[in-house]
Amino acid sequence: MSGHKVGVLRGSWLTYLLVGLVTLVSVFPLYYTVVMASHTNAEMAAGTPPLLPSLSIVDNVKKALELAPLNHGLINSLIVSGAITAGTVALCTLAGFAFAKLRFRGSNLLLGICIATMMVPLQMGVIPLYMLMARLGLAGHLSAVILPSLCTAFGVFFMRQYIASAVPDDLIEAAYMDGAGPLRVFLSVVVPAARPAMAVLAMLTFLTAWNDFFWPIIVLSTQNPTIQVSFQSLATGYAPQQSIIMAGTLYGTVPVLVVFALLGRQIVGGIMQGAVKG
Amino acid sequence: MTVASPSAVAAPPASTTRRAGHSHLPGRRIAYLYVLPFFVVFAAFSVYPWLATAWVSLHDTRLSTYHQSNWIGLENYHNLFTNKFFWNAFRNTITIGIISTVPQLCMALGIAHLLNYRLRGRTFFRVAILMPYATSLAAATVIFAELFDPKLGLVNWLLHAGHLPTVDWQGSKWPAQVAVSAIVTWRWTGYNALIYLAGMQAISADLYEAAAMDGAGRWRQFLHVTLPGLRPTILFTIVVSTIGAAQLFGEPLLYHNGLPDGGTQNQYQTLGLLMYQQGWTNDRLGLASATAWTMFLIIVLAVGLNLYLARRRVRRDGGHRRRMTLAAAAPEVSAR
Repeated sequence: MSGHKVGVLRGSWLTYLLVGLVTLVSVFPLYYTVVMASHTNAEMAAGTPPLLPSLSIVDNVKKALELAPLNHGLINSLIVSGAITAGTVALCTLAGFAFAKLRFRGSNLLLGICIATMMVPLQMGVIPLYMLMARLGLAGHLSAVILPSLCTAFGVFFMRQYIASAVPDDLIEAAYMDGAGPLRVFLSVVVPAARPAMAVLAMLTFLTAWNDFFWPIIVLSTQNPTIQVSFQSLATGYAPQQSIIMAGTLYGTVPVLVVFALLGRQIVGGIMQGAVKG
Repeated sequence: MTVASPSAVAAPPASTTRRAGHSHLPGRRIAYLYVLPFFVVFAAFSVYPWLATAWVSLHDTRLSTYHQSNWIGLENYHNLFTNKFFWNAFRNTITIGIISTVPQLCMALGIAHLLNYRLRGRTFFRVAILMPYATSLAAATVIFAELFDPKLGLVNWLLHAGHLPTVDWQGSKWPAQVAVSAIVTWRWTGYNALIYLAGMQAISADLYEAAAMDGAGRWRQFLHVTLPGLRPTILFTIVVSTIGAAQLFGEPLLYHNGLPDGGTQNQYQTLGLLMYQQGWTNDRLGLASATAWTMFLIIVLAVGLNLYLARRRVRRDGGHRRRMTLAAAAPEVSAR
């Protein structure tokens, strides 16, 4: 992805103008959330709506924290996303290695099934899944969110593609010749070589788990919510104040946006590599 | 990681796995052990629920009588297909799907073209246009619901300031569908632009040079080099967006404050929302399961149609067919 290709055209001022415009549209709603979070309904309805934030945002965040269990949600989201990420990276790397480097009967069929299931809508399984969780006594527990996402078909396929091309067969064979067992080969040859892809998978998985909404809203309650579920408590009550809803939304969104800004370059690279990796 | 092939998400590199010389790699049994955890999770929390949903869809099932419900055959499906709410949701899913994906993918293509120029601060621009993707669906919808608020929203203020009539973005059908689509478009345009950009960067510079030698200007280069080179990537994003649009749920739910009716007149109720309402609001789990399976069949038909049209087009153009998979699909599909 790095380095310029010969013959790639330099952008003109018009290119910068247009790209700047796209950037503005991408970022403005987030900025305006800060503005909305610091003004009351009456102020927003004024003839000229405000364009700058004010310090009353601090009070509004405090009120939002009284209204909705946002801190509880943030901690729960950290636990859920962390567990899902750890599980996904470990199990998908293991399965991806088997599909990429070990020959076994039915491997192509199994991989094909794994890929085809990405077409299945989320709605297909929720009712029995909810019943299953209820029966296991897990409804309302974080593990009900963690367990079904512990590894994904996408993760298996992603790791398989990377390991197939990035880990030379010779290296694995040499380790076997030296008498290393399968697990030893996996841990000391495959995992170090697959580390860049594991990092990308970890970032994408964490982001997806953090932002997941559909299943958590069904299986969790506002008593023990993830951050996305805890937003639901903000709009309840008589005549909700948009400033408090916005302040709460902002409070729950800023942590992930900060992390995203810090790791942005890697995430951008990961998405682009995932798209082209053949 | 290197850019290995110009075809985005192309065929897996079968040659590396089928090559001879694997005799030293360990036996088959251990491989089954390695894929076992994945398939256990997959069987328990995906395959079993899917099949159970099919079973439930043939019963008159309520939450309280889940384990001893009456077999009613295809009656749920019959009720569904003769129900005006189903057809309303079906139409809404299609129209919102078109409004939310067609402009989105066209804009993503244009943005990718811009980002493909040599730019100062390109990492900054790429991260900035991906910020909406990092914003959760829940947060984005709450933010846009305020921006589109008929009284307090910035959108209507801008319209008013421009001496245009203000619009009821919640109550009227098409404006509400546009607003819901705007949320989807805002969140996913940057992501798809990066996918296209990756595809564009994998197109050989020689092709552009050859086109330039033939006297093709920038626009003709875009039409005759960039677009054909991107065809597999474009097809891939169309398939992924179709799958995402068919199961649209969170945006229309939260756009009406968490109510599953899709507006007071059901003006933006999608199939995903209808299924949620049938199951969790009306306690008609059998009917909801029938809706879920119907949605799956609709997705299979829609994806099949896309692939069929694309294949016919390629054959007509005399190009060679490329295999495609749903590689980068999952983050997008599962995040929706």
